[in-house]
Amino acid sequence: MARQTPLYEAHKKLGARMVDFAGWDMPVQYTGVIAEHEAVRTAAGLFDVSHMGEVEFRGPGALETVNALITNDLARISDGQAIYAGLLNDQGTFVDDVVAYRFSPERILICVNSSNTDKDFAWMKERAKGVQPVNRSAEFAQLAIQGPKAAGIVQRLTQTDLTPIGTYRFTEGAVAGVPCIISRTGYTGEDGFELYCPWNEAEKLFNALMQEGQADGLKPAGLGARDSLRTEMKYALYGNDIDDAHTPLEAGLGWITKLDKAEFIGKDVLVKQKAEGLKRKLVGFELTETGVPRHGYAILKDGAPVGVVTSGTMGPSVKKAIGIGYVPTELSAEGSTFQIDIRGRAVGARVVKTPFYKKA
Amino acid sequence: MSNNPQDLKYTKEHEWARGDAKLVVVGVTQHAQEALGDVVYVELPKVGATITAGQPFGVIESTKAVSELFAPLTGKVVKINSTLSDSPQTVNQDPYGAGWLIELEPSDGKQLDTLLTAAAYEQLIKDAGK
Repeated sequence: MARQTPLYEAHKKLGARMVDFAGWDMPVQYTGVIAEHEAVRTAAGLFDVSHMGEVEFRGPGALETVNALITNDLARISDGQAIYAGLLNDQGTFVDDVVAYRFSPERILICVNSSNTDKDFAWMKERAKGVQPVNRSAEFAQLAIQGPKAAGIVQRLTQTDLTPIGTYRFTEGAVAGVPCIISRTGYTGEDGFELYCPWNEAEKLFNALMQEGQADGLKPAGLGARDSLRTEMKYALYGNDIDDAHTPLEAGLGWITKLDKAEFIGKDVLVKQKAEGLKRKLVGFELTETGVPRHGYAILKDGAPVGVVTSGTMGPSVKKAIGIGYVPTELSAEGSTFQIDIRGRAVGARVVKTPFYKKA
Repeated sequence: MSNNPQDLKYTKEHEWARGDAKLVVVGVTQHAQEALGDVVYVELPKVGATITAGQPFGVIESTKAVSELFAPLTGKVVKINSTLSDSPQTVNQDPYGAGWLIELEPSDGKQLDTLLTAAAYEQLIKDAGK
């Protein structure tokens, strides 16, 4: 039996199609993936992401403890800021990708992927030197409201002035009377907020946002749109584009990997990999012939397999068949060409600049 | 689910067939397009190709999934709906009309009689939903 978020009944009422996602019964779409995708790009969309996990480190030395676990550097940001980071194993490959929130040097909250929550928590517990992690996943629901109209909708429901909350900044405040962590983060390429609230108050928050956003064209949006939106931005999805077989350097996430930091798990391997040069890289490509690239399809050069597609879709905003995949470094430059094996047909593809989607 | 035209024949795999012993038009049903979600790509056989009843003859892709199309009858493809390459969403918008897939000449005119009636197809969907 799949687990349910506190919004399960609300989703059913809205006519959502539910699917099992990492052991959770989640809405994949309400009216349709493309319509929901468009709503996020042009107005706003509301996602239930309560399945995400939250792990907290609290006490003197919390910042130092977490900093030794993740690739990015909490010492370089201020209280009230968040960072995207890798959580690696000793081989320098991904255990997960996470967002770490710095409330203070003594309080760090880490948002982790639902499918990895137990694994991440066990790993952090095993390797944390100093402050011990607490798994608070069952306490927090999370709603993501994304799109050009999102900030206006949230602002009308809170006394907290959202103007100073820039990208990857957060604060605590009530939204529609529900205590929240109000975080200007997301996974869509649009402006918006992720709201962490108490599990049993999620429905109140969800309904208030839906009602307030009605006139702005706010739509409930499912995992289908979430995936096409993030793919158009080339945002990595754990289990697709990044996993325990790839390092952040190979994944193009050198910018979240602070090799000049004192220590973090996997650092030695990455320093060596960087010095030796990368053998493969994660690139974005578009098809030059008809078809749709999908996760798991082989990438071919002159008929021989040289890589693999990690994500692919028909991008609803870019209106092109786009994909992400690992290729040998010599095929990673913009303009490089190769083929995708689509059911036995070798379909032309070309490396392009990412993100695929850019605001007009 | 009573929106399936009464004059068509249906398959368990959610295709429909309309026509006579000489010429049959094939598409996917309302139920199929709903289940698929937004159709973004349709791969059809070439004109002149022979397709076999019960065997895959093409592929239909939605935003999330890749599904095979199964031939309701054996025959020769005489026409394909080429407008779908530019506007695959027509399958969602008008599955029994402008969203048709292929036209074929059945190898044996009696094949149509072996397919499901609208009533039998609706029963099939109802049973599957239980």
